[in-house]
Amino acid sequence: MLRAEGLNVAYGDFQVLWDASIRVGEGEIVCLLGPNGAGKSTLMNTLSGLLKPRTGRVEFRGKRIDRLPAHRIVAEGMSHVLERRRLFPYLTVRENLVLGAHHPGARRHREESLVHIEAIFPFLRERRQQLAHTLSGGEQQMVAIARGLMARPRLLMIDEPFLGLAPRVVEEIVAVIRRIHADGVTIIFIEQNVELALRLADRGYVLESGRTILEGSSPELLQSAEVKRIFLGGRAG
Amino acid sequence: MCIIRASVTAVPQLLVSTVLLGGIYALIAVGLTLIFGIMRVVNFAHGEFLMLGMYLAFWAFTLLALDPYVLLFVSIPLFFGAGLLTYTLVMKGVIHASHNVQIFTTVGLSIALQNVALVLWTGDFRFVRPWYYSVVVRLGGTAFNLSQIAAFVVSVGFTVALFAFMKWSYTGRVMRATAQDRDAASLMGIDTDRVYGLTWAIGIVCVGVAGVLLAPLYPVYPTAGLQFVLLAYVVVVLGGLGDMVGALLGSLIVAAVEVVGSYVFGTAWKEVLYFLLFIAILLIRPAGLFGQRGTETLGV
Repeated sequence: MLRAEGLNVAYGDFQVLWDASIRVGEGEIVCLLGPNGAGKSTLMNTLSGLLKPRTGRVEFRGKRIDRLPAHRIVAEGMSHVLERRRLFPYLTVRENLVLGAHHPGARRHREESLVHIEAIFPFLRERRQQLAHTLSGGEQQMVAIARGLMARPRLLMIDEPFLGLAPRVVEEIVAVIRRIHADGVTIIFIEQNVELALRLADRGYVLESGRTILEGSSPELLQSAEVKRIFLGGRAG
Repeated sequence: MCIIRASVTAVPQLLVSTVLLGGIYALIAVGLTLIFGIMRVVNFAHGEFLMLGMYLAFWAFTLLALDPYVLLFVSIPLFFGAGLLTYTLVMKGVIHASHNVQIFTTVGLSIALQNVALVLWTGDFRFVRPWYYSVVVRLGGTAFNLSQIAAFVVSVGFTVALFAFMKWSYTGRVMRATAQDRDAASLMGIDTDRVYGLTWAIGIVCVGVAGVLLAPLYPVYPTAGLQFVLLAYVVVVLGGLGDMVGALLGSLIVAAVEVVGSYVFGTAWKEVLYFLLFIAILLIRPAGLFGQRGTETLGV
């Protein structure tokens, strides 16, 4: 479904991604793992078109998208929920959701999407008219995911969905992601907590210093000495 | 020492003059604050579009005998087009550049437009004098010019329509969303460059229409925009950059300072007064009278 190869991405003179590659198949849940500054968000931002790679290519559902602007990529069926929710703070919850369905393909189905989304997130019904910045962190994360779904994506990418949330809320969001996945949406997410990430994901990629150094199924990665070295500070072998 | 000549009977007249003047300033300021609020660009060429509006009114009146208020309807699409054109030719290339580059660009645009006007139409003062120019309306101890009222009514109508558009229309929401988070907006499928073009064009329409409205009241010359746009900067900073309601209230305050100050101290003092006020506000409340600290980064 998604194939990114040989991505080199830089901010000015500072190169962040070095030859990064990932592949995601239809129906998978894939996590991007790695320490702070490894380039996970940069990779995701490049996939969604916010950043342009110096070299390399991104193909999504058979179409090359790395030269398309971000607002065109959404219409291809890829939705990206940014790190730290990034709702429109001074718009209401409802307005945020409606804007999520901005591209013509999603706008046609806006009303049914809203019904579908309020079924997944029942609390949204009472919060329609509330300004987004007045919601709690967990609620904001749910609205951000809901807004991402309003675009009716085939692939939903979520950057750190569990950041700064209480354990109970983390479990709620895990359940929400599973439900969205069960509805047939492919998922990529970023998470620093290996246990949590691999419990949810089928497969993972490990990034370190801007390179995709490791790839494997969740059970494989959980056993991997390399993963232990990076995340637990232990020495391999 | 200045002699205070204020008398109670002057109060209604001062009030009416303030409101009439404030309404027109509002339309100039609202365009400026809209462009700043959404695009984060301070448009130093704002006054030149006002000047172009005044010249448009002058030439339409002189050559075609077209009344400025009839011209309004033509001027809206005309300035919208001029806005889109200048956005595409000039602003689009610098919209993602640093603030310094943007400042130089709009200052350059301002100087270029002033000089084009100078070359085409010379530096002579020109006047638009329709039949109602000298019609004075007297009401309850106050007197005002008919053109002033017409300018006020159109200006306020326009400003209110813009508020409503920004608050309730879908496109207005798209514009506010873009101001609040550009990356998030583009991930919704919003073409943010187009939003900026639209914002610029709407801002230019506001100030161009204000120019048409002001033509029967003030002389027309290549740097005519300057005096008004200086005022508009004071208004916009007073109200909080990017804050449209603040711009409206700021317009009334500046108009009050100008009207009352001219009455009490003499016309020569009006600029001193509102710039003193301006400096005081910057020292005490840099986010503007009505602005919350930091909200200017979030747009309207």
